[in-house]
Amino acid sequence: MFDIERWQEIFETLSKNKLRTFLTGLSVASGIFILVILLGFGNGIENGVTSQFQSDATNLITVSSGVTTKEYKGLNPGRYIQMKNDNFNKISRQYENQIEHQTTMYALWQAPITYKNETVNYRVRGVMPGHQFIENADISTGRFINQSDFDASKKVAVIGHKMQVDLFKEDDPINKNILISGVNFKVIGVFYDPGGDREEQQAYIPVSTSQKVFNGADNIQYMMFTIKMDDNFDSAVENSKIMSSSIEQKLKEIHTVAPDDISAIRINNTLEEARKIYSLIDTIKAVFWFVGIGTIIAGIVGVGNIMLIIVKERTKEIGVRKALGALPMSIVGMILQESIFVTLFSGLFGLIAGLGLLALVGPQIQSDFIKNPQVNFNIAISTVFILVIAGAAAGFIPAYRAAKIKPIDALRDE
Amino acid sequence: MGSNSLHVLKGINFNVKEGELVSIMGSSGSGKSTLLNILGMLDEADTGTYTLDNFPIKNLNEKVAANYRNKFLGFVFQSFNLINYKSAVDNVALPMYYQGMKRKERIEKAEYYLNKVGLSPWAQHMPNELSGGQKQRVAIARALASEPKVLLADEPTGALDTKTSYEVMELIQGINDEGKTILIVTHEHDIAQMTKRIVNLKDGVIIDDSFVEQVRASSHV
Repeated sequence: MFDIERWQEIFETLSKNKLRTFLTGLSVASGIFILVILLGFGNGIENGVTSQFQSDATNLITVSSGVTTKEYKGLNPGRYIQMKNDNFNKISRQYENQIEHQTTMYALWQAPITYKNETVNYRVRGVMPGHQFIENADISTGRFINQSDFDASKKVAVIGHKMQVDLFKEDDPINKNILISGVNFKVIGVFYDPGGDREEQQAYIPVSTSQKVFNGADNIQYMMFTIKMDDNFDSAVENSKIMSSSIEQKLKEIHTVAPDDISAIRINNTLEEARKIYSLIDTIKAVFWFVGIGTIIAGIVGVGNIMLIIVKERTKEIGVRKALGALPMSIVGMILQESIFVTLFSGLFGLIAGLGLLALVGPQIQSDFIKNPQVNFNIAISTVFILVIAGAAAGFIPAYRAAKIKPIDALRDE
Repeated sequence: MGSNSLHVLKGINFNVKEGELVSIMGSSGSGKSTLLNILGMLDEADTGTYTLDNFPIKNLNEKVAANYRNKFLGFVFQSFNLINYKSAVDNVALPMYYQGMKRKERIEKAEYYLNKVGLSPWAQHMPNELSGGQKQRVAIARALASEPKVLLADEPTGALDTKTSYEVMELIQGINDEGKTILIVTHEHDIAQMTKRIVNLKDGVIIDDSFVEQVRASSHV
């Protein structure tokens, strides 16, 4: 294999047959190239969608209410359904074992927030301590709202990073007082959110405070629950489906809403959605793999085909070589080494070209759904080696047949 | 091989001594090429013995046959059988590659043999840039390059015109004069007359085996 004389022979043969070498290489290189691009974009789509989901917990059930659209038990349509603290407490007690984190929400969509001379108009959300985990809020300094803040309805606020920058500039916000709609709140923490600027423009206060200070009585706008994840994704989805439909049923009972009224009580189950999207991604990735592997198989068949033609075309040459004293194994070795060299070289070339293109184009893509289109290098390099081995196998049969050719048959004049 | 076996040679018994220049003659189908192929270990006889330089040649596996062909025999074919993407000098160097000789050494040696057949200026030419006679001379240089004990030529002049044929024969005679044993298959009487011994085959048997007065090819050129 590492016989320099053999390599000289091979390079000579390859360089004297440039077109043939080029075509063989092209089919292999393009196969690998396409595979790398496809896998890269498959991963890119997965990364993009995953990061979209990262902004919130994926096993989240959100309950909101609206206006009834159907007459039920003598009640007219068009009633606004207002959820109360009681409703939440009931559900929370009933599903204590399944629920991981929970919160109600009473929010002001926009409120003037003032610190010294700076005023901004941002959203203020009254939430429970569990909201930190539901929203994936990451506390950078200070702390989030805790149970005692909630129980005592303390006037404390956790502000988003963006709000901190806008209001406090370089000042340390912790323990400073801000005015929210004219009411004094003490800043106890700053959070980052993977959801980005929009999420970081808001402030959180305890929901109990929010209801008292902003005339909310015991009204709530949203309830959110995250469900303990089962190891089995499908059974987790099944559980959360059962739970969300029974929450829906219970609330409709309490508020006397028709069981088939879809607008009065609205339940959004992200886990179910996530499953749909993840299964879509799996399908897309499977299709990409399928196409990629198909391309590689086409490449291998191409190599095998070209090797067959090469052997056919060189039958006479092989006969001459054997008449001049070539051993059968040296004929097999020569043809195999040629095919391995060409597939390896062009496979690596295709790999580098594909990775290069991904590295070049990847950062330019401005889509939420494609992010970091990259390929696991190990997967890519192993496909190259699989291709080389398959190419060698494809080359071996014709090479072996070539070695079996009797020189006398090869040399017989046609 | 097909299921119908055909007995081409039916009892051939002859010896060639070192330094002889023998022509094997016969009409087509007489078995002359088969005989040469058996001598060249390209084919094997069903029965009988073949001894080359005191080596019994029988039951050879491919590897040993390849080795013997490389060491003992040089081939010249009617259709030259040069490798068309290799230059003249590389073609001549090929058997030495299979002997395991280093590249530099074998190129030097190939150039020596090309010079010997008078083709030094064409060393770097491709076979398709050479005339038929030149191709055959390259093939002869290649056959000589492995320094074989016997040179086997199957219709070496079959594809050449008369003048070129005589030039090639002159070369072969010159090689024979240096002591090399040469067997030529031919069906041309004038070519056969230029050898020292003519073996006549018909239907697989030797009908005539006689020494002749050699006609020097140079007298015709």
